[in-house]
Amino acid sequence: MFKILKYSFSDLIRSRWSYVYFLFYLALGFVLLFLNNSISKAVITLMNIIIVLTPLIATIFGVMYYYNSKEFTELLLAQPIKRKQIFMGQYLGVAISLSLSLVLGLGIPFVAYGAFQSTAIFDFILLIVVGAFLNFIFVALSYSIALSNENKIKGFGYAILMWLFLAVIYDGVFLISLVVFNDYPLDKVALLATMFNPIDLSRILILLKLDISALLGYTGAVFKEFFGTNTGLITSLGLLSLWVLAPIWRINTKVKKKDF
Amino acid sequence: MPFKSLLVFLLFPLMCFSSTIKVCKTCKETSLSSAISVAQKGDTILIYKGTYKEHNLIITKPITIIGVDNPVIDGESKETIFTFKTDNFNLQDLTIINVGRSFTKDYAAILVSRSHHFSIKNIQIRNLFFGILIEKSHFGLIENNIIKSKSTSEAGAGNGIHMWHSSNIIVKNNDLSGLRDGIYFEFVSKSTISNNKSYNNLRYGLHFMFSNHNEYHHNTFKDNGAGVAVMFSKYIKMHDNKFLHNWGSASYGLLLKEIYDAEIYNNTFEQNTIGINAEGSTRINYKYNLFLRNGWAIKVRGACYENIFTNNNFISNAFDLAYNSKINSNLFDNNYWSEYTGYDLNKDGIGDVPFRPVKLFSYIVNQTPETIVLLRSLFVDIINFSEKVSPVFTPDNLVDKAPLMKEIQ
Repeated sequence: MFKILKYSFSDLIRSRWSYVYFLFYLALGFVLLFLNNSISKAVITLMNIIIVLTPLIATIFGVMYYYNSKEFTELLLAQPIKRKQIFMGQYLGVAISLSLSLVLGLGIPFVAYGAFQSTAIFDFILLIVVGAFLNFIFVALSYSIALSNENKIKGFGYAILMWLFLAVIYDGVFLISLVVFNDYPLDKVALLATMFNPIDLSRILILLKLDISALLGYTGAVFKEFFGTNTGLITSLGLLSLWVLAPIWRINTKVKKKDF
Repeated sequence: MPFKSLLVFLLFPLMCFSSTIKVCKTCKETSLSSAISVAQKGDTILIYKGTYKEHNLIITKPITIIGVDNPVIDGESKETIFTFKTDNFNLQDLTIINVGRSFTKDYAAILVSRSHHFSIKNIQIRNLFFGILIEKSHFGLIENNIIKSKSTSEAGAGNGIHMWHSSNIIVKNNDLSGLRDGIYFEFVSKSTISNNKSYNNLRYGLHFMFSNHNEYHHNTFKDNGAGVAVMFSKYIKMHDNKFLHNWGSASYGLLLKEIYDAEIYNNTFEQNTIGINAEGSTRINYKYNLFLRNGWAIKVRGACYENIFTNNNFISNAFDLAYNSKINSNLFDNNYWSEYTGYDLNKDGIGDVPFRPVKLFSYIVNQTPETIVLLRSLFVDIINFSEKVSPVFTPDNLVDKAPLMKEIQ
């Protein structure tokens, strides 16, 4: 598995897109710090980008990599290597290289600006951790979608739809249901609903750390009680890991039965 | 002229008789209570350095009490320490500690009752229930006092400067912290509160009830439980104050309830959950205020008519304005909104496109508070944008027709 991981990782590291992605984050980090002049403010702006853009790019990269390396995968399958190892190696290669672009791209400007001396360092670390999680989640999700679709166009379509659903449509449905069922106590429901969507979960996790919690009023109190504590933080990071593990499990079962 | 000299001549013996009484461990008078009992009208009592364990000191003669080298009056947490029931008194340069606490009586460090023309200066009060409690008194000066407590519950705490049925009182340069309300006014009129600092109080930094024709300016209110409340009062001037970091799920910078004909100008509202929470307030002019990084800059709850908002700066607030009705009779004009994305073709500094300060999401949150969990979601940005392009839900006459392009300095 490590050989394959090493191969796909170095393959991606050498590819132009990884550099573009890395440079994008690097430029973004510097520009945000230059414009905001404060780490805590830059973290807030960065949150919007990490919540929306990171999943989108991870989705596209995951699908693209699967289809592009399909022939090579088929070649590997002819060798005496476990299927699981091949696919896990490839998946980890993509996810790790994307996360590395994110961590380094944002880490360098923030550290250069003096993030370690700032009080916002924990918020920033949380942001980066959540960003890395989102990378792992969305690469896994898109990979498993690509595995189920031989047709490239269909695969791409479904993957983008999945992103659109989790980033936009889910919140829309969520909002409408909250408005419709206005007469019922909704705070627990809202809490549950956010947990079923990794993007919402990450957003709330960062929002509460950024002390916007006071805006949330009574609902916020329920949320703060859950997410604000260490158990809440561990639970939500656990849930994010579950969001990584579930699609990985699906990839593995799918791969076992799939006829290439 | 002869008349005047005659007056001086007649008064002269009276001036001579006003003597100075010294209180210290080795003086003739060793306690404040004995000094007060021997003091005559117009006398001055000098208290020298030391700790005096005294309480329930009732002063009924117009005298002056001055501390020398900061003496300490320790009330041993029993009851009220000073009670003034006289006109023309002065109290200054003392430290008063350990006022009694009670759930049935309002024990205070200094109680002033039915007096006029008095001054209370340079007093430090620590570990107290009520600090300076003034009832039915007029023409007073309360200056340079430091009132500090460490209250933990609202029921077991008192107010720093508490006034009831009084008028023409000046409260300035005081430092109030750790109390229930920093300053509390009930049925007080024609009074001025200026240059005070009120912070870390459990409830309000400043609290007005039924008090008309007052003015407060150049005060700082920071980190109070709920902020500043002005209720059921008319003709209040509020200017050059700072409302900072009143942050919590039920906090605001300034709460206005049943306020008429007020002026609010040159104030700074920074990092409050709600900058101004206005309810039933009418004919108020908001001018040249700065709203910076608040959750809601202004929340208009209902029954607010004919208010005018001009030349204010709204910068980086999560919501600039929340409105709960579709009817609007308030005027927004010539404000600077950092959210404004319009253009200015003729370069006159005024945006050519009107600005709508109420976002759709802000409207939804008002209807269903739970939806706030979707704050900063991409979906919310999309619906806000579509509402901005074609307003359906938000009041269509609620616009700033001439938004400024640059912030007002």
